[in-house]
Amino acid sequence: MNPQDLLYWVRGTGLQIAAAIFVLGMSYRMLHLVLLGRKKSLAIPRGSEWAYGLRIMWQRSFVLPELSARGKFTVVAGYIFHLGFLITLFFLSQHIDMLRAILKFGWPALPRSVIDIAAILSIAAMIALLVHRIIDPVKRLLSDFQDYLTWALTFLPLLTGFMLLRSIGFGYTTLLTLHILSVELLLIAIPFTKLAHMFSTFVSRWYNGASAGFRGVKA
Amino acid sequence: MADHDSLEHRLAEQGISRRAFLKFCAAMASLMALPPGSAVAIAAALAKAKRPSVIWLSFQECTGCTESLTRSHSPTLESLIFDMISLDYHHTLQAASGFAAEKSRDDAMQAYYGKYLLLVDGSIPTKDGGVYSTIAGRSNLDLLHEAAKGAAAIVAVGTCAAFGGIPMAKPNPTGAVAVSDLIKDKPIINISGCPPIPAVITGVLAHYLTFGELPALDELGRPKAFYGETIHDHCYRRPFYDQGKFAKTFDDEGARNGWCLYELGCKGPTTHNACATTKWNGGAGFPIEAGHGCLGCSEPNFWDAGSFYAPLPAPSADVTTIAEVAAVTGAAAAVALSALDRAKKKRAQQAHEKLTVKDL
Amino acid sequence: MIINVEVADPYSVGNIAAILSEIASRLGTLADGGETSLIDLKSLPLSSGEYEHLRFTLGRGEVTASLDAIGMSEIVETQFSGVWWITHYNDQGDIVADLIEIATIPNILLSQPEDMRTGLALLHAIISRPASSHD
Repeated sequence: MNPQDLLYWVRGTGLQIAAAIFVLGMSYRMLHLVLLGRKKSLAIPRGSEWAYGLRIMWQRSFVLPELSARGKFTVVAGYIFHLGFLITLFFLSQHIDMLRAILKFGWPALPRSVIDIAAILSIAAMIALLVHRIIDPVKRLLSDFQDYLTWALTFLPLLTGFMLLRSIGFGYTTLLTLHILSVELLLIAIPFTKLAHMFSTFVSRWYNGASAGFRGVKA
Repeated sequence: MADHDSLEHRLAEQGISRRAFLKFCAAMASLMALPPGSAVAIAAALAKAKRPSVIWLSFQECTGCTESLTRSHSPTLESLIFDMISLDYHHTLQAASGFAAEKSRDDAMQAYYGKYLLLVDGSIPTKDGGVYSTIAGRSNLDLLHEAAKGAAAIVAVGTCAAFGGIPMAKPNPTGAVAVSDLIKDKPIINISGCPPIPAVITGVLAHYLTFGELPALDELGRPKAFYGETIHDHCYRRPFYDQGKFAKTFDDEGARNGWCLYELGCKGPTTHNACATTKWNGGAGFPIEAGHGCLGCSEPNFWDAGSFYAPLPAPSADVTTIAEVAAVTGAAAAVALSALDRAKKKRAQQAHEKLTVKDL
Repeated sequence: MIINVEVADPYSVGNIAAILSEIASRLGTLADGGETSLIDLKSLPLSSGEYEHLRFTLGRGEVTASLDAIGMSEIVETQFSGVWWITHYNDQGDIVADLIEIATIPNILLSQPEDMRTGLALLHAIISRPASSHD
């Protein structure tokens, strides 16, 4: 298989396989989570489940102020990584080109300088978080193989993507192939690992909010 | 003094000065992307080179490659290279025809056995014994095997000879293949492109004459001097790519401002060729300079690699339908399994008897 | 209808600055008694606007020479002494090599020993010709 065939395969069949596993896995997991259900509570609700559930879903996206110094680093670096990752994912023009081809609609891109900063910050935050995970005795104790695996699977698309944009290390064809391949690995892994939190975090936030709302207490 | 068959002597006979020859070598060095100072070394080597015999076979092709080459065949500085080779057979260009033409090829192959350069353009049909393309009643397949035996090296001119090209595109009715698919025991140099840049052929010949060996090749057998970098690497619109400035249609403001054609399907980033520096039509320009993206014609399977107008990151197959089917299947599985779980739970509850002290 | 085609602003693209500083560093080497060198302009990605901008910036100096050898060649010393712009054309007037040479005198202008020997032979032939043939 020559480099062009390989690129064609990862853009075609490879992406189809990855997308199928990701979408099937996630739609199954999320819906299954929602349908798990709880026994209907016969108590009289003291507040709205839905309104409070949605409010918490949104509210919990922001930092809680009462954090220890050690927790602060994880939270700040975590935010930088997530924001940088999302900005790069959804606002780089090349990504919009791809999403437009799949979703049949698009949106305006952010300037390249903004993307560059977001990507660099995101990569730096990921490295800092990994170092912290290894150095900090508590975190190290808590970490298992999956933590390092998911870190690597998330880091590779960022790294190869950045190298691609800046033409670092390899030719465009090679880097584009590696980048798409790393994204496909990530997509395939998401439904089977804790990376599924990209959706389930909202389901669980809603659940927390809704159950608190039902009881009329602060979540 | 100089050998009478040497280039030095032949040039002197034609009244071409050493200075003119140095100028030619400067042009060759520039063409081959060698360090500009190497012109003097090229001159020294070329002056002593012997004329090699060249046999050119045209197979399943459109003659575009020969057309491309003959554009550099008018008596110009570049065409000096043709004073340095002896083109003994080219069925489109030669004056001889019929049996005489075939004989001249056989004679050259015999006289220079093991020494001649074999140039091939066009792919070779292999289906049904290769009946889909024949010359003088003989299949291309047969002719290639025969001519390859005595060749010092083979130059596959054009994407068809190099990678199969358009004849090999789906559904490939003639079972066309590239030269390298059939010949495994000879050095093969691929000069891909549809058509290839004429100056690249000249450059490769000059390199062979200068150094007596084939130039350094990439993993697809193409000379690195011309195919080592992408169109994108040397594109004058590259700064716009780096700034994220893209034309969205062929007639929008961005297109008029000469912005990058990436989103309009330009394959420049994944295409290895020298168009952006060597240019076409006597340096007039290259496709991107005319406002159209690169088609990637010097890469294998360029004809089957998705739309010429789809941007590079876009999937090359239908992902939308697959994702939709997967979403529905996943949801259905979740609903079905949840229902099953609930039914099981209910059955368990019904079958279950209250726990009593006796059970403990 | 007239469509106004605007050339991308050549000054903002940034290829020129890199070439100029390359020339400056090589000229520094030559001025300090170092070696001559060549830059192949064809291998550099230049828009036509940038090409003109480079020509304009380097300008023309005191010396201009032309060479007539299977097509013309133009050899111009730029306003920066020691920096020469050499353009080789073929018979059709296409540019076949476009070079910046940093040298006290471009190599192509030097008389070549082979040509000198040819000339010498011709000169001897003229000298040894009997005087009577002059009429």
